[in-house]
Parts: sequence; structure tokens; C-alpha cells
Amino acid sequence: MTIQESKRLWVSLGVGLFWFLMLLWPLLGIKPGGLEFSETWAVFSKIAVAAVLIVAVYHLRQAGVLDFIGTPLVKASEAVGRGYQKAPTWLLLAVVLAAALIYPQFAGRYGNDVAISVLIYICLGLGLNVVVGLAGLLDLGYIAFYGVGAYAYALLSLHFGLSFWTCLPIAAMLAAISGCIIGFPTLRMRGDYLAIVTLGFGEIVRLILNNWMTLTNGPNGILGIPRPDFFGYNFASLSSLYYVILGIAVFTVLAVYRLNHSRIGRAWEAIREDETAAELMGVNTFLLKLLAYAMGATFAGLAGAFFASRMRFVGPESFTFLESAMVLAMVVLGGMGSIPGVILGVLVLVALPELFRDFELYRMLVFGGVMCTMMLVRPAGLWPAKRVGRRSEEME
Amino acid sequence: MDYFIQQLINGLTLGGVYALIALGYTMVYGIIQLINFAHGEFFAAGGYMGVIFISWLAAQGVHPYVCLGIGLVLAMLYCAMLAMAVERLAYRPLRQASRLAVLLSALGMSIFLQNGLMLTQGQYDKAYPTEITAGGFQLGGLYISYMQCLIVALTIFLLVVLNLLVFKTRIGKAMRATAQDKVMSALVGINANHIIALTFAIGAGLAAAAGIMVGLYYGTVSYSMGFVPGIKAFAAAVLGGIGNITGAMIGGLIIGMVEIFAAGYISSQYKDVFAFIILIGVLYFKPTGIMGENVDDTRV
Repeated sequence: MTIQESKRLWVSLGVGLFWFLMLLWPLLGIKPGGLEFSETWAVFSKIAVAAVLIVAVYHLRQAGVLDFIGTPLVKASEAVGRGYQKAPTWLLLAVVLAAALIYPQFAGRYGNDVAISVLIYICLGLGLNVVVGLAGLLDLGYIAFYGVGAYAYALLSLHFGLSFWTCLPIAAMLAAISGCIIGFPTLRMRGDYLAIVTLGFGEIVRLILNNWMTLTNGPNGILGIPRPDFFGYNFASLSSLYYVILGIAVFTVLAVYRLNHSRIGRAWEAIREDETAAELMGVNTFLLKLLAYAMGATFAGLAGAFFASRMRFVGPESFTFLESAMVLAMVVLGGMGSIPGVILGVLVLVALPELFRDFELYRMLVFGGVMCTMMLVRPAGLWPAKRVGRRSEEME
Repeated sequence: MDYFIQQLINGLTLGGVYALIALGYTMVYGIIQLINFAHGEFFAAGGYMGVIFISWLAAQGVHPYVCLGIGLVLAMLYCAMLAMAVERLAYRPLRQASRLAVLLSALGMSIFLQNGLMLTQGQYDKAYPTEITAGGFQLGGLYISYMQCLIVALTIFLLVVLNLLVFKTRIGKAMRATAQDKVMSALVGINANHIIALTFAIGAGLAAAAGIMVGLYYGTVSYSMGFVPGIKAFAAAVLGGIGNITGAMIGGLIIGMVEIFAAGYISSQYKDVFAFIILIGVLYFKPTGIMGENVDDTRV
């Protein structure tokens, strides 16, 4: 991109943003009692202060005033980067795993709670990553499979008294089957039609959960779902539940990693890059797309079963479209197709809002804004996926 | 029989609303081959701006029906400007990017707008002034509210104006030319960016009118009201053949009728499901819709 082009882009974006701010006033300022400007000014002044700060920091950095902070930071990050490249991968993984294992000893009840939701979202994000990141199919009804898993465990354990560990694979299988059922009619469609049809299917599943009173108890949900137990040991405390979901998350990471580096994973990436070319190379695109759907749904089913046992309650309002969008935002922010990226995205979007509890209401606003901004400035995500091999146009 | 005709009238009302929203989808898809996910939010924003302007004007002592007229025009203008701002921020910079990127950016914009509405207007439903929404007349065994008459009349008026605009004016000709071939139309001096912004603006204006009508019909608006009607209107656009303006109108009517009759005769709890089933069925068996697609889609 030339300088003129990028300048024009920024001017256009600036005009758009200014326009947006102007349009804020009628929403805030027109009241039946009369026109009012104070609220709008308050918002404008906050935004102006933030903008001035950002510009000031940028200019100070350009001028070299901030070097006394910047230089050591850059050096430190370079050292970490070198260390990261030199250290064997297994060592890094072992450190991360060890940290995850001893975490509950240091965290309180609240810390464990946050960690559990982070791990649930890691499973969901990695599952969606298979569908969106690897196979390139935008699925907006993903949370339906999470719901299928949760309800499967809730109903099986309450009506048939099955234990958590028997239900876990059954829930995953049911989710995979529903993935196939939804995938079969939809996968012949073009990209953006697929997105809206999966959205429709997600809503259908939610409506069924909401209205099938005899099976799901409708909007009241199902209460009193048992916690998992293991040969008499009941996982009642939060820290023991943490280990259960940690196990599921580690399994998910390993499975997605192995899938990514297998023949199937390569075929998925080929489909993502160019479906016609992939088909010409002998990839059975329909079957592999269906498999991507089923695999993604499987991980959501696992996470769902755990979610039901952790909350001891399931209700249809946990499986709305906004949840799907949230998981998608995590995958997009972290980097589609990249396992560490997705984990990073989940950490940023689940753990950071917990630190800023006061801004709870602004959470979804920020999610939407982040999705837009990421697509503009860094479409590959915070931690982009590494490509295997080089592409022909890069070799020239 | 009375029940049937009553449902027919209700279906006509709802179908008109869906047709107005579907036009925005179909026009935008026709011109840039992209599903505008934020379109449902323009509909919701229109409903809110209607409440805001109408209750403000009513407080100034203006006659209720004058309030309604001015409020409608102002809300349509507001949403048109909102759509142009959204186009500038979320779509224009991504014109060369991959389809998935644009789709995600549109989705992000939709969530952003929905929550912006919630934060500025509060989480609870807002009610339209009852002196406007109340009233109706008895015709045999039928009850027809004034709002239903207004909605049907206004829908027909807007559809006629849109048809004249697209098929009889120079601007409409430029829009159709851009939809057919961007490069060629640029060569004959049509500024594609302006035309695309205009298309967004017209679509959003129509959606805003639909939002106000729904607000008047049901009496309240809520920040999340754009989501489900948005998908149903998209189903209508697909049913009529995406990119096809006449198709979107017919598709909207069919979806509205199906929904009302399904709610009346089959199950009111699952009424939202039927639109999705139609959408999936059409895409599976006849993806070009009943009127045929009208898009230059080279990336099938």
C-alpha cells in the first residue's frame, strides 16, 4: 500500500468515525423534555481525551522521548522471543502445563471460577477454530452444539442415572451427529449463505429447547444436575472441577493439534484456500467439510456436558446467538487456525473483562468493536497461524 | 372464514414489513455480493429513532399524526446516515479483502450497533405514545386497526417510490449498472463508492420505516428486535431471488403470510422456525429463488 492510499484510507475512516459520533447525539440528547447536550458532551470529551492521549504517546514515541521505557521493553521482548525460539517446545508446554496444574493452589474461589470459564471457552474456541479457521466455513450457530452437549448430559444423568464419564462421550457423539444433521443440507451452499443458514439452525435449536416443555422443561431449564464423580470421589469443589475441565481442554488441544497436522487438516486448509482446486486434487470436499462440522461440534459437546455439570443447571438462555458471536470473536481476535492464538484470544476476551468488572455493560460493545477493528488492521489475528511450507507466489 | 381473512390481513401487514427490510438486503447483495449483517440493526435503530422523535415532537404540542409523519422522515434520514457511516467504517476499507473478513467485520458492526443502542437507550422496551397506536374499526367480523391500514398504505407507497427510483431515474440506472459490472460502470463515469453508499442509505431508510411500523404495530421497541426479523427478511430476499427487487417484495409477503398462518393454524410457539425452514429449503432446492437471481456473482 502506498502512502497516498493509506492516507486516503485513514481520512475515510476518520470521516466515518466523526460521522458516528455526530449520530450519537440524537440517541442521547433528544428527550421528550427537550434537547440536551450534557450527556453527549461527556462522552465526546472522554473520547477526545483518549484520542489526544493516544496521539501524544504516538508522537512522543516517534520523537524518542519514550525511549527510556521503550528500549528496555523491546530488548526484553526480543530476549523472550529468542528464548522462546531456542527453548524446545516440550519444555515450554511443560512449563505452561505445570503452571496450569498448580494454579488452583494459589487462586481463590473467584480465580478458579474465572479459570474454569476460560477453559470452557478454550474448548469451544478450538472447536470453532476447526470449522472456521481450518476449513474456512463460517458457522454462526455453533453454540447449538454446546447446548446439545449440555442438555444431553442433563437429561441422561437425571433420567437414566448415567455417570458423567459415560455421558461425556455420548454427549460428544450426539453433538457430532447433530453437526452432521445440520451440516448435510447446508454444506453445499456458498460461504455467506452457509453463515446465515447455520445462524438459522442455531436459532431453531434454541427455540426447540425453549418450547419442548416435556423434554427440556422450557424456559425454566433443568435443575439439580449431578456433579461428576470418580469411583466414589465427588468433584464437588471448584478446584477439583478445574482439573476435570483442564483435562478436557488438554485433550481438545492435543486432538486439534493432531488433526491440524494430519492429512485431514491439510485437506481442510486446501478447502479453505480454494475449494475447486482442492476438489481437483482429489480431496473429497463434501465429506471433509462434514467431518470438520462434526469434529467442531464434538468439542462443543464435551464443553457443554461439563458446563451442565458445573452450573448444575441448564436453560435455553445460555445458548443464544450472542454466545456464538462471542466464541467467534475469540477465534478471530486470537488468529483463525492458530491454536495458541485461540487460547490467547480466549484469555483476552474472558479474563480481561473480569478485571474490569465495572465495565460489564460495555463488554459486548467492545467485542463487536474488536471484531471490526481486527478485520481492518490485523485480519490474521494477534497470534497468526504458521503456514506449513511455502506457497508458490512467496517463493518468487 | 372470518378468522382466515383476519389472518390474511395480519399476514399482509407483517409481509409488508419483511418486504421493506428484505429490499435492503437484496439491494446491497446485488451491488457488492455481501450479506449486510448490520441491516437488522438499522431496523431496530429506526424503531428507536421513531420513538425518540415522535415523543419529542409530541411533547412540543404537535398533532400526533403530524408527529408521526415528521418522525418517520427524520428516522429514515437518520438510519440512512448511520448506514453510510457503517459502510465507510466496516465495508469500504475491506473492499479487496476476503469474503470471510468482510462478513466478520459486518457481524462485529452488528453487535456493536446493537449494544450501542442498549447502552444509550437502556435495556428495557420503549413504548410508542398510545394516542397514535390505538384505534381501529370493525368490518363485519373483522377488526382492522388504523395502524394496519397505515402500514399497508405506507409500504405500498415506499415500494412504488423505490421502483420509480431504481427503474426510471438516472441514479437508479447508475445503481443497476454498478450492480452489473463495476469496472465498466466506472469507465462511463459512475463513482462506485457513491453508488454503494447510496444503496446502503436507501436500504437502511426502508428498514427504518419498517422499524417504526413494527413499533407502532406492537406498541414497543427493544434493542434486540432487529435480529430475528433480520434473518426472516433475509430469508425473504433469498426466496425472491437475491439481488432481485421485485423478488424481495414478493418473498417478504410470502414469508409474512406463512408466519402468520403457521402461527394461527399450526403452532404459535414455533412460528419463527418456519421462516428458517423456508430459507433452508429454498437454498437447498432452488438457490436462485422464485424470481431468479440478479447478481454478477463470479465467485460461485
